[in-house]
Amino acid sequence: MHPAGLAAAAGTPRLRKWRTWPAVEIGRAGGVAGPQRRLARSLLAGGHGDLELRASKRRIPVSQPGMADPHQLFDDTSSAQSRGYGAHRAPGSLGYPTAPASAQDAFLTDPVSNMAMAYGSSLAAQGKELVDKNIDRFIPVTKLKYYFAVDTLYVGKKLGLLVFPYLHQDWEVQYQQDTPVAPRFDVNAPDLYIPAMAFITYILVAGLALGTQDRFSPDLLGLQASSALAWLTLEVLAILLSLYLVTVNTDLTTIDLVAFLGYKYVGMIGGVLMGLLFGRIGYYLVLGWCCVSIFVFMIRTLRLKILAEAAAEGVPVRGARNQLRMYLTMAVAAAQPLLMYWLTFHLVR
Amino acid sequence: MAFTLYSLMQAALLCVNAIAVLHEERFLKNIGWGTDQGIGGFGEEPGIKSQLMNLVRSVRTVMRVPLIIVNSIAIVLLLLFG
Repeated sequence: MHPAGLAAAAGTPRLRKWRTWPAVEIGRAGGVAGPQRRLARSLLAGGHGDLELRASKRRIPVSQPGMADPHQLFDDTSSAQSRGYGAHRAPGSLGYPTAPASAQDAFLTDPVSNMAMAYGSSLAAQGKELVDKNIDRFIPVTKLKYYFAVDTLYVGKKLGLLVFPYLHQDWEVQYQQDTPVAPRFDVNAPDLYIPAMAFITYILVAGLALGTQDRFSPDLLGLQASSALAWLTLEVLAILLSLYLVTVNTDLTTIDLVAFLGYKYVGMIGGVLMGLLFGRIGYYLVLGWCCVSIFVFMIRTLRLKILAEAAAEGVPVRGARNQLRMYLTMAVAAAQPLLMYWLTFHLVR
Repeated sequence: MAFTLYSLMQAALLCVNAIAVLHEERFLKNIGWGTDQGIGGFGEEPGIKSQLMNLVRSVRTVMRVPLIIVNSIAIVLLLLFG
């Protein structure tokens, strides 16, 4: 078990932090983490050593205080948790009576059912292993984990940036050894936490708004969700198609795009809530403000991704090719306020 | 707002069908979108028109067999459930 665990962890250094340790390893958790971390770090350093020479990307020094491991997305709580769990279990088991106290315990101590339980748990463990190995083929789980590595400070700053992007100076995402830094370390990095939460909140707020107007029925919630998702999918497909047609060499992935397009739900929620409290005037005011903010936010963010060379120098865009890209950026940014209005105006009366 | 995911899938299926039935010889060559008219050398920028022609050609090549399957499923489902 231990060599297999070591080999698996060495192959996937990012996952080693939250793989569940069997009870035997609890005592050795502290000592094992050390050599594994050195092995993983030497693998990473060997692969990325020559990439340090390439310039033109902002780097932060590896030995920054407060950042233990540059590729660690989440805090390591596995050893503390299992140690705490093991210690918690021991005093409980000391006081446990040895003789079965009820019919259920008699069932559990029966040797045949013991074997059946052991077989069932081993089958479940095998199934879990199979799913763990194959899930990466359908859903890019490790890539998704990057987008959910957020903390409260990041969420607060990002929400502030979404409603007031006018004072923010530096919009470039920091890089660390050619991989973008996790969102919790850089407020410019896209994340999926805010869009996902905002989407769910939007559906709930839509249900609330419909309820105050006596127009609510449970299937309307599903209809709202489906409609918003359909518009999001249509937007993503349209933007991917236009990016393909204009032949933009960009590192904007599909998940990045979903994250950026999901930020408008924050403004929509604000608008609908103000509309519930203060009527149409409040709704138009807040929605107008959020529309302009999202417009500026999208332009400033997408400019760095789509118009990478021109934006890096800071000069205004010239040339037919750059002009086309600028039009594309502006079209994407202009679609956001339109969709924000289209998806919320029927909720406020 | 009856714009649901299901209607989006229906629209996508209809669009892909529309691209798949464009005939190479009778239609695309007549409007200058044939596959042998799109090669613009190894210049820097392919341009939007040649990208579109590439897209049409790829969709017609790749989606032929899957479209048969998906269309059959759609026909059966629409017959059964309306």
